[in-house]
Amino acid sequence: MNKLYMARNPRVAARSLDGEMMIMSGRDSTLFTLNRTATILWQAADGATPLDEIVEMRICPEFDVEPSQALQDAETLARELATHEILQISEEPIAQPVSQTDSSAGEAR
Amino acid sequence: MPELSTAVERLSLVIEIGGMPVRVHTTDPGFLTMLQDRYAGFVSSSERAEIEFDVDLTPPRGADPDADVRVTHQKGRWSLERGDFRAEWEPASRTGWIRQTANPYSIDAVLRIVHTLVLARQGGFLMHSASAIRNGKAFLFAGVSEAGKTTISRLAPPDVTLLTDEISYVRKQETGYVAFGTPFTGELAKLGENVSAPLAALYLLAKGAENRIDPIPPGEAARSLLANLLFFAEDEELVQATFHSAFEFVSRVPVARLTFVPDARVWELIG
Repeated sequence: MNKLYMARNPRVAARSLDGEMMIMSGRDSTLFTLNRTATILWQAADGATPLDEIVEMRICPEFDVEPSQALQDAETLARELATHEILQISEEPIAQPVSQTDSSAGEAR
Repeated sequence: MPELSTAVERLSLVIEIGGMPVRVHTTDPGFLTMLQDRYAGFVSSSERAEIEFDVDLTPPRGADPDADVRVTHQKGRWSLERGDFRAEWEPASRTGWIRQTANPYSIDAVLRIVHTLVLARQGGFLMHSASAIRNGKAFLFAGVSEAGKTTISRLAPPDVTLLTDEISYVRKQETGYVAFGTPFTGELAKLGENVSAPLAALYLLAKGAENRIDPIPPGEAARSLLANLLFFAEDEELVQATFHSAFEFVSRVPVARLTFVPDARVWELIG
């Protein structure tokens, strides 16, 4: 399987409030509330870390799940988030603007 | 030699909502009178205006006021369009124009939109909520249609000053948030008082078997606030600004659920 890289879409606004991540599309004002897995993907989406590494380092330790199944689910979720233009995905590393690599961007508390 | 043209008198009035004076120019005395009646209490004698609009009245046509609003931004100009009006506004020059028939509803929509655009850059907003002042403090009562905005406004005791039963006006100031009265009415069809007060709380309305106030998690508060904001612009920068403003608001203003039996005792919990 090819590597998959994810980057946050700079055209959305994001805030984390009491552990709940909310994202608003700048294009059509749609509001999304991310579940825990989607939040992990969002926070780890630096454009440089491949998805399989994120799953191994961040998702598997948190959820009692078999690694290959976790990767499959995470890829499905990443593609869904990309469909909503929350994430950008690519089989190559994605260069991001400096401000978007700041993991605290948009944190409310 | 006869005059080739006749000078047309340019009439104007200033409508001041939320402390923001907007001067409207028209050549139609009947339309001016209509506006004076519609915005009674919000007509200002101020010489200063932050925005000047020329209203160009068109003959009646089959315009649809229920059509979707489009608000777009290009090259420093906002374009506002609905079935019953077209308007443009250039913030840099503080001027704009409105093309509509002689009715009070189209310009009302334009004013609401322009106020949301101005407020969005200042951390404020218009919101689907009733609002009122009691003991020097303002309270917002938000909810969808039928949630009880009109009911709670109607139940207000005499010591309560109603700011609106439908669209609240919230400005962010150095000391906190302030709610202003608006002429934007709902079922009560009664203009709010043109006064303001520091905002003490936002209540999300729910009808129930008893009167009570329950805290709600911050995430739900932010979602509910965002769901009740008036926002029209197809503009990423303003969408993002409004999103962040909502979070700042819920971090500074108490937000709670107000469940109420539709009778006046609910006001025992307010203020």
